[in-house]
Amino acid sequence: MIIPVLFGMSLVVFFMIRAIPGNPAQVILGQKATKEAVAALTHKLGLDEPWYVQYVKYIGGLLRGDLGESIRTGAPIAEEIWPYLAATLELSLAAMLIAVVIGVNAGIISAWFQHSWFDYIAMVLALIGVSMPIFWLGLMEQWLFSIQLDWLPTSGREDVRNPIEPITHLYLIDTLLSGNTEQFWQVVQHLVLPSMALATIPMAIIARMTRSSMLEVMKSDYIRTARAKGVSMFWVVYKHSLKNAIIPVLTVIGLQTGLLLGGAILTETIFSWPGIGRYIYDAIGYRDYPVIQSGILIIAAIFIFINLIVDLLYAAIDPRIKYN
Amino acid sequence: MEAPLLEVRGLRTSFFTDDGEIPAVDGVDFSAREGEVLGIVGESGCGKSVTSLSIMGLLPKGIGKVVGGEIWFKGENLVEASERRMKQIRGNEIAMIFQEPMTSLNPLFTIGDQLVEAIRLHTKIRKKEARARAAEMLKLVGLPRAEQMLDEYPHQLSGGMRQRVMIAMAMACQPALLIADEPTTALDVTIQAQILALMKELNRTFGTAIMMITHDLGVVAEICDRVIVMYAGQIVEEGSVQAIFRRPQHPYTAGLIRSIPDIRGKKERLYSIPGQVPKPGSVRCGCRFAERCEYVFDRCRQEDPQLYETGEQGHRTRCFLALEKGGGVDERPVARSERA
Repeated sequence: MIIPVLFGMSLVVFFMIRAIPGNPAQVILGQKATKEAVAALTHKLGLDEPWYVQYVKYIGGLLRGDLGESIRTGAPIAEEIWPYLAATLELSLAAMLIAVVIGVNAGIISAWFQHSWFDYIAMVLALIGVSMPIFWLGLMEQWLFSIQLDWLPTSGREDVRNPIEPITHLYLIDTLLSGNTEQFWQVVQHLVLPSMALATIPMAIIARMTRSSMLEVMKSDYIRTARAKGVSMFWVVYKHSLKNAIIPVLTVIGLQTGLLLGGAILTETIFSWPGIGRYIYDAIGYRDYPVIQSGILIIAAIFIFINLIVDLLYAAIDPRIKYN
Repeated sequence: MEAPLLEVRGLRTSFFTDDGEIPAVDGVDFSAREGEVLGIVGESGCGKSVTSLSIMGLLPKGIGKVVGGEIWFKGENLVEASERRMKQIRGNEIAMIFQEPMTSLNPLFTIGDQLVEAIRLHTKIRKKEARARAAEMLKLVGLPRAEQMLDEYPHQLSGGMRQRVMIAMAMACQPALLIADEPTTALDVTIQAQILALMKELNRTFGTAIMMITHDLGVVAEICDRVIVMYAGQIVEEGSVQAIFRRPQHPYTAGLIRSIPDIRGKKERLYSIPGQVPKPGSVRCGCRFAERCEYVFDRCRQEDPQLYETGEQGHRTRCFLALEKGGGVDERPVARSERA
């Protein structure tokens, strides 16, 4: 299933970027370049060949694990992309952690105390959360927490006066590996605002989903059985109900994680976060075809991978689900 | 006579909905002695399940509420007991099994997990001992290959097996009272008989009192010592199984008995009581069965009948006929129910 999806994806991306008007050679050489120079560079980049030759070469490279080279920098994409990807992974995972922990618990408590003030406030906030433009929320966060209160840095991944020596490019891990707690806290502080902004929508969706799923489960016969056994309400909710209710929520968590990986461009721009969204966005400006192709393909691959994990989690939780 | 195990006095339970208060149980008094099998019979919506949920303190939160009366269990009024205390009682001193074995076990936990949990909630023992005890319980309820079954999930078992697991779980802490809410309704007839036999056996072996809630008089005849017949949130007749089957004193009970299909029966249309159960709270004055009763007379519509002694020991009926000399329905030609 994964191979055909990725194959189809590569085809779609390949044609879509070639549909964007503009020639990479022209962009690189500038408006004043001579026709001969542009033609020479086009030939050098292999862009004068028929599309199927280009595609076969591209796929051939992919099959050998070669993501190609950036037209703009000339560096291999496989090497160039990792720092950006790492930045995005760190940000999205932090955001999902916040979204899941707060969203799931808010949903549970709302269902447990249905029609209470907590339920009403949480659900109104969730509604506001899903309808909030994230770039605006990000700007408001910066205004309040950085400019007015001066608690947290406005943007970036690290304190520029105290740069981090990258090891894995996942800075939380790097600073721990080098044992530099001061830098670790700086990284955490830089993560707070963008991950909060990014967490808002998934958190709201997860909270609503968890609530409705829990309400459904808590009406079931086996919950009544658990109560009749003398199980306390806390364990009825967090053990017997949650395990059943979490299954549909997992789907949402998987999809939202995928969306964060590719869709964080706005947040990354506002917070000057050097992530993969901005990497691809910049590449589009330069018509850097290989970077766009491979970048999107990697995001798609991660998306598929996450959903595969979700499918495996279903089977781990529910004994009635079996995969061959 | 010693104090009964369970004594329900003037129990009133209401549901609070958008349409206002709906009285589901309206002044119910009864008691159950230790080791007794008490049947509670009635049509759907007569309040028999609500009575049992009131005893367990498991009415749907925010909707159902005990609004009056007392429930005395081993000298303790459960209506006033704290949730903490109720947690200790549930599953330990009063256990309950339900109608739907297919959905009454949590699908995501093994049989062993669920049994061990029931045991360890009320007994301070190690997991390993609890597991051994769980296996023992499964054997006790007639499940072979018990050890293996501990690691299986509910979906791997049949309905009858699941109900046996439910019974094993309910009996795990040897409760003084087992409330069984239509435990055989969802099962095949042959399995029904097996489950009833099992319950009777457990009742004899452990002396556990059983409150058997059912709409099936066949079940009552099979296993109960005493019966309470409920109609529209009230008890309409109470007595020993023999008395009720031989000489039903309330027209409703007589109607229920007449509507049991008879295997030797002549090929006639099966009797059914005309009309429907009145909506809770809709009858303001008079006997609640009056609209459907073939013996109805003026007094029935003017005055609320009380539970009257019929003369036989412990046999009571909520019918004015009982007050008349030589009263009771089977004096009349219509009730032709010589059974049992």
